Amino acid sequence: MQYSTRYIIAFSAAVCIVCALFVAGSAVLLRDRQERNVVLDRQKNVLDVAGVIKPGEFLTPAEIESRFAASVRPKLINLATGDINTTLDATTFNQREAARDPATSRAVPPNPSKVFRVPDQALIYEVVNDGGDLNAVILPIQGYGLWSTLYGYLALDPDMNTIRGITFYEQGETAGLGGEVENPRWKAKWPGRKVFDSQGRIKIAVKKGPAGTPEKDPYQVDGISGATITSRGVTNMLHFWMGKEAFGPFIEKEKEKEAMPPVAKS
Amino acid sequence: MASVNRETLIDPLINNNPISLQILGLCSALAVTTQMSTALVMSLAVIAVLCLSNVLISVMRNLIPPSIRIIVQLTVIASLVIITDQILKAFVFDISKQLTVFIGLIITNCIIMGRAEAFAMQNKPSLSLIDGLGNGMGYGLVLMVVAFVRELFGSGKLFGYSVMPLTTEGGWYEPNGMMLLAPAAFFLIGCFIWVVRSWKTEQVEEDFHVGALLEPGHEGSLR
Repeated sequence: MQYSTRYIIAFSAAVCIVCALFVAGSAVLLRDRQERNVVLDRQKNVLDVAGVIKPGEFLTPAEIESRFAASVRPKLINLATGDINTTLDATTFNQREAARDPATSRAVPPNPSKVFRVPDQALIYEVVNDGGDLNAVILPIQGYGLWSTLYGYLALDPDMNTIRGITFYEQGETAGLGGEVENPRWKAKWPGRKVFDSQGRIKIAVKKGPAGTPEKDPYQVDGISGATITSRGVTNMLHFWMGKEAFGPFIEKEKEKEAMPPVAKS
Repeated sequence: MASVNRETLIDPLINNNPISLQILGLCSALAVTTQMSTALVMSLAVIAVLCLSNVLISVMRNLIPPSIRIIVQLTVIASLVIITDQILKAFVFDISKQLTVFIGLIITNCIIMGRAEAFAMQNKPSLSLIDGLGNGMGYGLVLMVVAFVRELFGSGKLFGYSVMPLTTEGGWYEPNGMMLLAPAAFFLIGCFIWVVRSWKTEQVEEDFHVGALLEPGHEGSLR
């Protein structure tokens, strides 16, 4: 059968419109659910990296929300000074948007993590134990791996040096190779390692091949086999975010606080 | 009629399996089979997309102008895949995170367009649905077999439950790391094809020459 040009155009237009309606409809109808999932996933990662969730423990969404509310305090940090910002609302703060907006961010020198701008304020999480004492500090990290920017968290003990854990909640590295940054067995190699050496230099690195135990080999972590560039990306992003352009000033201040004798809480 | 339905459903499982006989859809078969749970979700997603695309294409088969049929098929398939991806993100977020780009890549899974072009364009919707179901299950069958072996020997687990306790976790089983890498899926699919063809000797290909593709009865080898 011969089809006229007009029929072909009308038919393809109709197919496109119907398909577009369905795609747009599904995106709009499911958006709320998806956004809640993203928030829950972020909260789960925060709890996970701080060790509030034990490996293998399964929590329902309601449990994640209640534990997050009970033990995690979002805080905004002024990156340049390292001071805590109390004027902005940390619960509604969107760090990625802030980093994009020239009014709330600044350009940083070229770095291997390909971070071009850092926000003036960064969202961190303080994790408190049941008694209300500071248990861990969670800092957001991001940087380029092989194909993608990896987004994650680094949790530090209150000494701001010993690593509590690391996690990545968004990455697009090769599944099975670089994607193994999400593997719990690899993440389990991080706790107990140190970021800074005794002179305060950033020394933590993902090396090629196996590293020793945290006691013997505190500044090195096993590389992921088959993922040299992603491993290097993780090292680079830690050096950037722990450094003076990012959380350096904040870490310095926190370390001073930790070194001082405890002051009566006001 | 019942026997035609039955044959359309059962044939793609072993006799005309899209992966082992037609060698289609290998890319995703390599990527998502390190764990049975991701392989299962991927199989279900492919079955859903394949059934729906076959039905929709079949319903429209007498309306689609032949000159634009491929792009129409692709538009329908791409829309279905995006909707599937949205649904997975809303309801099984963790698994959709693990499947990452591979759900999106169902669009490029040759099985789906292959069935739309080879079957749904010529057959009525009910039979096309059965064909989609059969081929989807044939794909899923291979995925589940490969994922079973890879998860069991690669991480000592099935569906995430520990079957053989690992030495790293205080057990006795030293996992075979190669099973977690893509080449292992190649070896396993190769073994699967070998086993099937030893059993069903009619599937063994004759010494291959390009002319054979053009002879009647060999259309299946054109890919």
